[in-house]
Amino acid sequence: MKKRYSVKSLEEMPITAISFSTTEGNETGEWRSQRPLLDSEKCNQCGLCWMYCPDNAILPEKDSFQISYTYCKGCGICAKECPKGAILLVKEKR
Amino acid sequence: MKRVISANQSVSYAVLSAKAQVIAAYPITPQSSIVEMLANFCSTGQLHAKFINVESEHSAMAACISASVVGARTFTATSSQGLALMHELLHYASGLRLPIVMANVNRALGSPFNLKADLSDSLSQRDTGWLQFYCESGQEVFDTIIQAYRISEQILLPVMVNLEGFILSHTYEAVDIPDQVQINRFLPPPAPRDCLDVENPCLFGGTTDFYINFRYKMHQEMEKAKAFCQECDSEFQKTFGRSYGLTQSYLCEDADMILVTAGTIAGTCRVVADQYRKRGLKVGVLRVRLFRPFPSEWICKALQHAKKVAVIDRDFSPGCGGIFAQEIKSALQGTRVSLPVYEFIAGLGGKDVTDEDIGGVVEQTNQTPEPGGVTWIGLLK
Repeated sequence: MKKRYSVKSLEEMPITAISFSTTEGNETGEWRSQRPLLDSEKCNQCGLCWMYCPDNAILPEKDSFQISYTYCKGCGICAKECPKGAILLVKEKR
Repeated sequence: MKRVISANQSVSYAVLSAKAQVIAAYPITPQSSIVEMLANFCSTGQLHAKFINVESEHSAMAACISASVVGARTFTATSSQGLALMHELLHYASGLRLPIVMANVNRALGSPFNLKADLSDSLSQRDTGWLQFYCESGQEVFDTIIQAYRISEQILLPVMVNLEGFILSHTYEAVDIPDQVQINRFLPPPAPRDCLDVENPCLFGGTTDFYINFRYKMHQEMEKAKAFCQECDSEFQKTFGRSYGLTQSYLCEDADMILVTAGTIAGTCRVVADQYRKRGLKVGVLRVRLFRPFPSEWICKALQHAKKVAVIDRDFSPGCGGIFAQEIKSALQGTRVSLPVYEFIAGLGGKDVTDEDIGGVVEQTNQTPEPGGVTWIGLLK
């Protein structure tokens, strides 16, 4: 169960800033200026993109990999590392 | 048990006695012998601590912060450039309210490159939220490290214990190392922090709009820390028979002129005060031991009956003057005590401050009716 608190006075405040949640609360996908597109035809499921992703935004599925656009910041490391050229970076449109 | 050791070794023995659990450090002159000895204690099994070799002082502080967040008693030591490199993380340590203890062996900052004593390195970290002590002897260094752990774990703010490079750090003297049972009683193991719970993962020090409130709480605790440091020192006296106070007065009660300084210069000042008293000039000495929080009330009380005050700084802020002098003038400003403050800068970069130099300070202060700017001692003609 997640603890929740709201602060109304100085006395109630903890001594330092603590967030009672994990980083899952930070939807960093909003920062993205480039969107990686995975071509499942070219993908040989080596898993390098999954290993190199600094944000755990590539999720291994049963027989494929999925990119989580909720968290992907669009850094492009996966596209750079992919030996098959299966990941293409395109400009993010919002 | 008494041992003839250097003040650096005194730090190491104090950390051994305090049973630090995590030590992370990077070597730098004149600090290195502290952590070398601690590394030895760890390798021989005398100290059951995790010794982390890191690639920089910035990483040393990062390691101490992480270990301290989970409740470990941590230690690091540094000097000068190393402390400057740590600067960014010093704010994190205090902002996260972590009881980290650090020894800083005061050394001049480059350029020009200089390995010797100068308090400007730690005084440059004045606003980082760390408590700062300035020591005068190897024994005081040992005792202050022990007190520092007790203080920091109580008020949850980090403490920096400062000792001057070479002049103090490499000077050998007989240091009493108290019985471990007594130390354990004075300094029980750190209480586990209650915020760490694997069932409820949390982020420390994250983004917040409450920033100003956290800063205010830190300020409140710093204000309270003065009385707590005093109380800790009194408790220390009851257990070990030694105390130092937040400031240390020597013949101040009836003095017409009080010399104010920090660290080892105070000893020479006391000798000079004795000499002048024999000649009929009532000179006293006030050594400032605690610099942050600044014990203004204690200082003003000690100075209140004097006619003149001379501050000798082994540090300076370009474009302003001696740092202790600025703080003392500011403290006096807030009270009814109106005193002329004569400012002197001496001993930068480890230059010896002799009894003749201090005699010159007394003569100039005595003969000059009004203070006029900052006097630098020992410059070329």
